[in-house]
Amino acid sequence: MSGFRILVGCKRVIDYAVKVRVKPDKTGVVTEGVKHSMNPFDEIAVEEAVRMKEKKLASEIIAVSCGPQQCQETLRTALAMGVDRAIHVITEPKEYESMQPIHVSKILSKIATEEKADLVIVGKQAIDDDCNQTGQMTASLLDWPQATFASKIEKSNGDLSVMREIDGGLETIKVKVPAVLTSDLRLNEPRYATLPNIMKAKKKPLVTKKPSDYGVDITPRQEIVSVEDPPVRQAGQKVESVEELVTKLKEAGLV
Amino acid sequence: MNIFKLCQTCSGTVLRRCIQTSSTRHVELTSVRYPDVKRGNYGSVRDSDLATFERLLPGRVLTDSLDGYNTDWLKTCRGASQVVLRPKSTEEVSAILKYCNEKKLAVVPQGGNTGLVGGSVSVFDEIVISTQLMNNIISLDEISGTLVCQAGCVLASLEDYLSNHKLTIPVDLGAKGSCHIGGNVATNAGGVRLLRYGSLHGNVLGLEAVLANGEVVDCLSTLRKDNTGYDLKQLFIGSEGTLGIITAVSLNCPQKPEAVSVAFLGCESFQSVLDIFKESRQKLGEVLSAFEFMDSQTMTVAKENLKLRSPIEDYPFYVLIETSGSNGSHDEEKLSQFLEHVMGTGIVQDGTVATEPTKIQNIWSMRERIAEGLMHDGYCYKYDVSLPLQSFYGLVEAMRERMGTMVTRVIGYGHVGDGNLHLNLTSPEYSTEVMDKIEPFLYDWVANHKGSISAEHGLGFKKKNFIYHSKSKSAVRLMKDIKHTFDPNMILNPYKVLPDF
Repeated sequence: MSGFRILVGCKRVIDYAVKVRVKPDKTGVVTEGVKHSMNPFDEIAVEEAVRMKEKKLASEIIAVSCGPQQCQETLRTALAMGVDRAIHVITEPKEYESMQPIHVSKILSKIATEEKADLVIVGKQAIDDDCNQTGQMTASLLDWPQATFASKIEKSNGDLSVMREIDGGLETIKVKVPAVLTSDLRLNEPRYATLPNIMKAKKKPLVTKKPSDYGVDITPRQEIVSVEDPPVRQAGQKVESVEELVTKLKEAGLV
Repeated sequence: MNIFKLCQTCSGTVLRRCIQTSSTRHVELTSVRYPDVKRGNYGSVRDSDLATFERLLPGRVLTDSLDGYNTDWLKTCRGASQVVLRPKSTEEVSAILKYCNEKKLAVVPQGGNTGLVGGSVSVFDEIVISTQLMNNIISLDEISGTLVCQAGCVLASLEDYLSNHKLTIPVDLGAKGSCHIGGNVATNAGGVRLLRYGSLHGNVLGLEAVLANGEVVDCLSTLRKDNTGYDLKQLFIGSEGTLGIITAVSLNCPQKPEAVSVAFLGCESFQSVLDIFKESRQKLGEVLSAFEFMDSQTMTVAKENLKLRSPIEDYPFYVLIETSGSNGSHDEEKLSQFLEHVMGTGIVQDGTVATEPTKIQNIWSMRERIAEGLMHDGYCYKYDVSLPLQSFYGLVEAMRERMGTMVTRVIGYGHVGDGNLHLNLTSPEYSTEVMDKIEPFLYDWVANHKGSISAEHGLGFKKKNFIYHSKSKSAVRLMKDIKHTFDPNMILNPYKVLPDF
């Protein structure tokens, strides 16, 4: 019995620990010279795919990243974690700024078909735009079932049993393969890539493609009007007693 | 275990029930735990003194809820200060000290209270002079990288401020979120960047200090080179608050590196650690910015007490290497070649390397949070020694063999790149029996191997009586002469640094 072929989406985002700054012209945030890394939820997706391969549930893992040249670093990290090969769909830095989940999901679904993938796993959302759309759109384009916010994935007689984190608690669903899964925080804790694997990763295949190779038009469909800092938090006031609190609330016309 | 002891801090004889615990709630009074220490011939704070202080520092005289000011970070020393003063300016510090000197009132200068040798808290009822409110940045010259600021600036805040100007502070330590730059200078703090930027003796360009009699000594130069007369600031640096209170500092700040990488490696023996060090000095050269080691027992503390996850499998020893430079691809190439070499020759068994800030922070926290992790065991006997690299780990092995099951654990880690070992032993509670078995054996061992009994933590209260293990009698005599010149009434941080004998 051969295992699943898994396609994993890896987005290159500004690192979580970096203080994000808005560009003076308010068209976006400063990315030049800023430290980037793989979207943490995508790291979890890669880790899950690698674990499935270690459990012999998967036989091949392909990582995909869309964006400028530096995305290859992100893909090398995925390869060092245990992914078998990588596809870099290259775009100009300017085009990347206006790239949206709709574009990425079109590319991912085309690659999934071309590569005959059984599973597409992506992070539930990216920490830069918080869209939470790519997984769902990809499933729709492929007309595949989707299991989003996965916190546990298990094999169940050829199908998958997925525990999802939802507002009300935890929901377990059965999903037929092929399917799209999106990873949530508690799915796993990603491994650090160790030196022997980092060195092996340098020799693993990484191909570069263009969006047009997949017949995808990445003309922007949205225009960013402005990007601003959130309003500065006003200092609070400390009061000594309940009476003082009521007085202050009355003064402010709030009661 | 409950002990009834005489309390020496009160004028009468009061029987106090002192519970010998090391938990966070109640720490034994230093004056009780060390009954041989006698209170000096100082005045006691009277209402008239409080009134004067209130006049000098309106609203900034504390007499209530002083536990935080009286207990050290390690929860091993507790003083009995009744008053905490919080000046905002050099002038206020000067006025306070002039008054205290006239009334022969003892004082203890206190910054972030993160010192590890009991130097920042009182022993009896010394008045705490806190630099908490002296946290202004005075100036920054971006071209030369010279920062001038008040002594109460928190180190992490300075780092944040400087990073906006593409600069960084030359000293970095685990306590950065709480420690004050004045305290760092007064203790000549070492830290993890000493390997790259050198000590504060080289990075402090000038300082302003107030003497015991209130006189302000202005050595706040911002010049890189100034050979005019005796370099007085060097005396204050490392004087641990016994020669004057530092009120402002002028610091030479290096460029913030564009590219930082951290490698965490596992190896089989301490000899491997030394081999890796030699290789990294040769192959990483000028981009090497930190070289730390941990033994497996230290990793156990990180895993068990702090629930941190090791990036690699278990090994007898671990090495953390940091490189910083102005060119990412240049540094990555160097690091890549270095790692291939050490893996290839087998001196490194496994490792991971990171360039992303989040991953770098995670790896560093395994090393920087160890002191915090040790506190979970109960009481920590903390030692910080300099040793020749040949005998470096031998001390850890000797202590492990000597103490056996008397202690919970014996761990060794630290700035091996500087020849500085942090040796820690823990037990659930403080035990005189354990302490007597550790000291003076440990200090004798260090002296026999020509090391220093305190590499960077200083002498404070806990280590002053062992100064002769590392300094000659003539040197200590000269130190006492200097102390007498600077502070004839001995009001500045008494019972610290210099021994009575």
